[in-house]
Amino acid sequence: MLMNLFKFKGGVKPPTNKTQSVGLPIAIAPLPSKLVVPLHQSIGGMPRPVVQAGDKVLKGQLIGEADGRISAAVHAPTSGTVVDVAMHIQPHPSGLDALCVVIEPDGKDEWIDRQPLDYAAMSPEQVREHLQQSGVVGLGGAVFPTHGKLTASKTVPMEEMVINGAECEPFITCDDLLMRERAEEVVRGIGIFRDLLRPKKVLIGIEDNKPEAAAAMRAAVAAVGEDFAVIQVPTLYPAGGAKQLIRVLTGKEVPAAKRSTDLGVQCFNVATAYTAWRAIAHGEPVVSRLVTVTGNVHDPRNYEVLIGTPMDELLKLARPHPDTDGIIMGGPMMGFLVPDVHVPVIKATNCLIAHDDRLFPPKAPEMPCIRCGACAQACPHELQPFEMYWFSRAKNFGKTQEYNIFDCIECGCCSFVCPSRIPLVQYFRFAKSEIWAREREKNAADQAKTRFEFKQLREEREKADKAEKLAKAAAAQAAKKAAEAAAAAAVPADASAEATPSASGPAPAQTSAVPAVDAEKAAKMATIEAAMARAKAQREAVQPKNTENLTSEQQRAASDIEARRVAAHLIEPEPATPAGEKTE
Amino acid sequence: MFAPAPFLLKDVSVSQVMIQVCVALIPGIAAYASLVGPAILVQLAIATLAALAAEAVMLRILRKPLAMFLTDGSAIVTAWLIALTFPPLAPWWLIVTGTVFAIVVAKHLYGGLGQNPFNPAMVAFAVSIVSFPALMSQWPSVGLQLGLVDQMNVILGWAPRLDALSGATPLDAMKTALNLSDGSFDVTALLANQDIYGNFAGRGWEWVSAGYLLGGLWLWHRKLITWHVPLAFMASLTALSGALWLYNPSQFASPLFHMLSGGAMLGAFFIATDPVSGCTTPRGKLIFGAGAGLLTYIIRVFGGYPDGVAFAVLLMNLSAPLIDLLTQPPVFGMKDKA
Amino acid sequence: MDILLAIAIMALGAVVLGALLGFASVKFKVEGDPLIEKIEAILPQTQCGQCGYPGCKPYAEAIANGDEINKCPPGGVEGVQRLADLLGREVKPLDAEEKPKQIAIIDENTCIGCTLCIQACPVDAIVGAAKQMHTIVAQQCTGCELCLPPCPVECIRMEVIDENIDNWKWKYPVVEIKAAALQKAA
Repeated sequence: MLMNLFKFKGGVKPPTNKTQSVGLPIAIAPLPSKLVVPLHQSIGGMPRPVVQAGDKVLKGQLIGEADGRISAAVHAPTSGTVVDVAMHIQPHPSGLDALCVVIEPDGKDEWIDRQPLDYAAMSPEQVREHLQQSGVVGLGGAVFPTHGKLTASKTVPMEEMVINGAECEPFITCDDLLMRERAEEVVRGIGIFRDLLRPKKVLIGIEDNKPEAAAAMRAAVAAVGEDFAVIQVPTLYPAGGAKQLIRVLTGKEVPAAKRSTDLGVQCFNVATAYTAWRAIAHGEPVVSRLVTVTGNVHDPRNYEVLIGTPMDELLKLARPHPDTDGIIMGGPMMGFLVPDVHVPVIKATNCLIAHDDRLFPPKAPEMPCIRCGACAQACPHELQPFEMYWFSRAKNFGKTQEYNIFDCIECGCCSFVCPSRIPLVQYFRFAKSEIWAREREKNAADQAKTRFEFKQLREEREKADKAEKLAKAAAAQAAKKAAEAAAAAAVPADASAEATPSASGPAPAQTSAVPAVDAEKAAKMATIEAAMARAKAQREAVQPKNTENLTSEQQRAASDIEARRVAAHLIEPEPATPAGEKTE
Repeated sequence: MFAPAPFLLKDVSVSQVMIQVCVALIPGIAAYASLVGPAILVQLAIATLAALAAEAVMLRILRKPLAMFLTDGSAIVTAWLIALTFPPLAPWWLIVTGTVFAIVVAKHLYGGLGQNPFNPAMVAFAVSIVSFPALMSQWPSVGLQLGLVDQMNVILGWAPRLDALSGATPLDAMKTALNLSDGSFDVTALLANQDIYGNFAGRGWEWVSAGYLLGGLWLWHRKLITWHVPLAFMASLTALSGALWLYNPSQFASPLFHMLSGGAMLGAFFIATDPVSGCTTPRGKLIFGAGAGLLTYIIRVFGGYPDGVAFAVLLMNLSAPLIDLLTQPPVFGMKDKA
Repeated sequence: MDILLAIAIMALGAVVLGALLGFASVKFKVEGDPLIEKIEAILPQTQCGQCGYPGCKPYAEAIANGDEINKCPPGGVEGVQRLADLLGREVKPLDAEEKPKQIAIIDENTCIGCTLCIQACPVDAIVGAAKQMHTIVAQQCTGCELCLPPCPVECIRMEVIDENIDNWKWKYPVVEIKAAALQKAA
């Protein structure tokens, strides 16, 4: 099928170094002595551990539960015993620790009960859920949970689905071998994605330095009876970047601020399609992946490796030369030297390169930028790296953003071509993480400010309320006193009138003789009574409220609580609580 | 062990870039040497030594790594451009003063390699022509053939400066003639004098320009320069000179004369393309080149100096940061919005 | 006559300029003092009072009125730098030690539920009730330490926020190179 291909600007052609590792077929790596499975292996929420030290697990058993919508589950890569759930050094440039499940294999490699699913009979929501539960994430390196990419935009119709088999980074051949050997399952996996997203076209892009993979994929597409287009794209780093491949195959440019579905296009890696098919059709969650082991080794080749395998054990299989002084995870353009050789293989590990000074000569010292513009010509995102460098170096982060630093995909083309050997990408990573940190700080400060202002407002309101209450109480007091005085003054007349019949017998004459004294007494009595009434009212105020209209259950609960309080000598037992009365 | 990605680097370096620029100058230098004799090679040597010495002293004073910067080749490029723009029989101290000024003031006092806002060689030229106007306009008369010894004697000041030295470049000669004749004379007639003006733009000079053109095209082929600046420079120079030439061929020389005389070719391919002091965005480069071409013509024809390349480039250097700021290209995916 | 003309011209000028000034003051009226807001945006909003003012806003106002810019330890040297840039003043060293960012943690076994810390917390980051255990909402704690003095049983401690994979930052490249050079030299 002939297709009009588009070009992206920039790009570089580093030596590909791919032939070394394609000579041998994929090998299954033997069980390692232990498996250290990090829980956080995808973008998004950190999965919660659901096993503890001492638990027996089977291969494929859930050990980390997805947390939130964008998060993917993690599974035991083999059967065995959980030794520990603890912090362990990560294959991450920081060299910091994160929570891992350490499993000691029992050697049986015994699967859980695998349930093949007929996804045609399931709702799209169920399929996505199953992919999340199976831990399917983008295996091209970004490890974004795949289910999160399988929803089409509501407003923009899906035009094209791009399948990324370009594999543009030097040295890496795991996708190449996957397509050569397991093309049919890849194609069937692409079928699942197609059925969920319903794009008009499916375009499989493969760099033209992998003719065997392209041929295998074409044959598989024909064998399965699909109408996917397998397209060979020119070999030019970074043609395998999602945005670059979308550009080459569809002509669309996805800006940094937009999702690709907003332009009616979505992109998946071939290995992701493969794991999706395994998850649906075989009920196998993602517990292994293909890893290219190459570089300074005797036998470079591709291995199917259990997630959690320590990298040094994997590297040993390929027999590294003795002068190997480090392991690069990923390719030589975007990878990093792992901080410790014992770090585990994770879902993002597509390649291990044994590092030595012959393959990767130490960098010559950095020279000043001469503004030659080579970086700008090489930048696939058409940025001005030398300007961003200037401002990153000066820590003028606002300016770096004006020069669109967040459009940078950190592909390394600028550093590659720089005649002054400036670690440009490094400066951009620094600037980006500083900007993110500032953003976090700014948000925290804004939040603190609103909360502080709210607290001040509340305190002022409380003060005002209190003052008002006091004023009211004082006014009420004064009014009451006045009323009582008035009442007292009225008493003598009433009292004499009412007292006349009762006191008519013995001393009718006296009544008229002592009206003043009686009135005085009565006034005093009334005051005391009023005070007592107030006190009683106050006492009643602290009695349990809302005790009317209780259901019997609530009453029982309340009486239970009362009983406990009594038992704890917190309060004196009352002869009859309202609830008690009713239960008797 | 900390080494950031990428681990693979292209085999390029600043010194490689500078060496290639020097190599690209060789055809022009060869043509120049055959025109004026070995004096120009002597001048190149003097300028190179002066530049390296000044560079070494400045690096030592500023406590910068000596070996790294002395071998980067940038001082040599500056020195060669100075030697090629100064009169070939100028006294040695003039070249040395110009070169030292370029390296010390125009380069290192502004921060060294990559930081200078002005092209150091053009600063040297401008300062020298303002300070020593007479010496800077003494070009060997056409057809003057001196041996190496005589030329050395002139350069080193051991021989009296001959009258024959007070010649002028074709541009100079034309300007003088035009100024003297208050409009009554004909450029076409003047240019017909092939002894001075050769076939197009001065006997021998046109071959020097052709040499620079050849070197410049090689630089473009090697992707060390882009086509923007030279093309815009030549296009604007051609357009303006062509328009005036068509309007009045007896008063204004043809575009071909302007293209092949003076420092036009050297300026278009080697001076205006200096990335440090020039523009870096594609549109900016076009504006920079076009502006330099226009100013060159205006200064040549209407200004007080015979050639305008140096001042044109310096004026454009001055505006380069603003041009760059205003011509930022749209980034990937943002083209329809820009 | 001349003198009258001169007076008339001056008077006319005064009237015209006065009208212009009046017009400008209405047309280009500035609401509030944007400078105070700009200063406050730089301050870290810990509301800790270490500057001697009851909160960040009062300190912002004080700075606008001429107080020193180096009294905010949580803002750090960088905060002083940014204030100096904003106000065109000279950078001064902080008048206190700069501490790493920290948060308060309540030892829940010791807490007696007195609510004193709740009242002290400027950002309501402590939850609890009388005679109930209190705890600190870590995301909202600004690390101001204002809850430390009121606690009668000293059950609150400050903990430095450790670097983890989520908040880890790429380092400045030049520093790394320099550090390597220093190591080699040593």
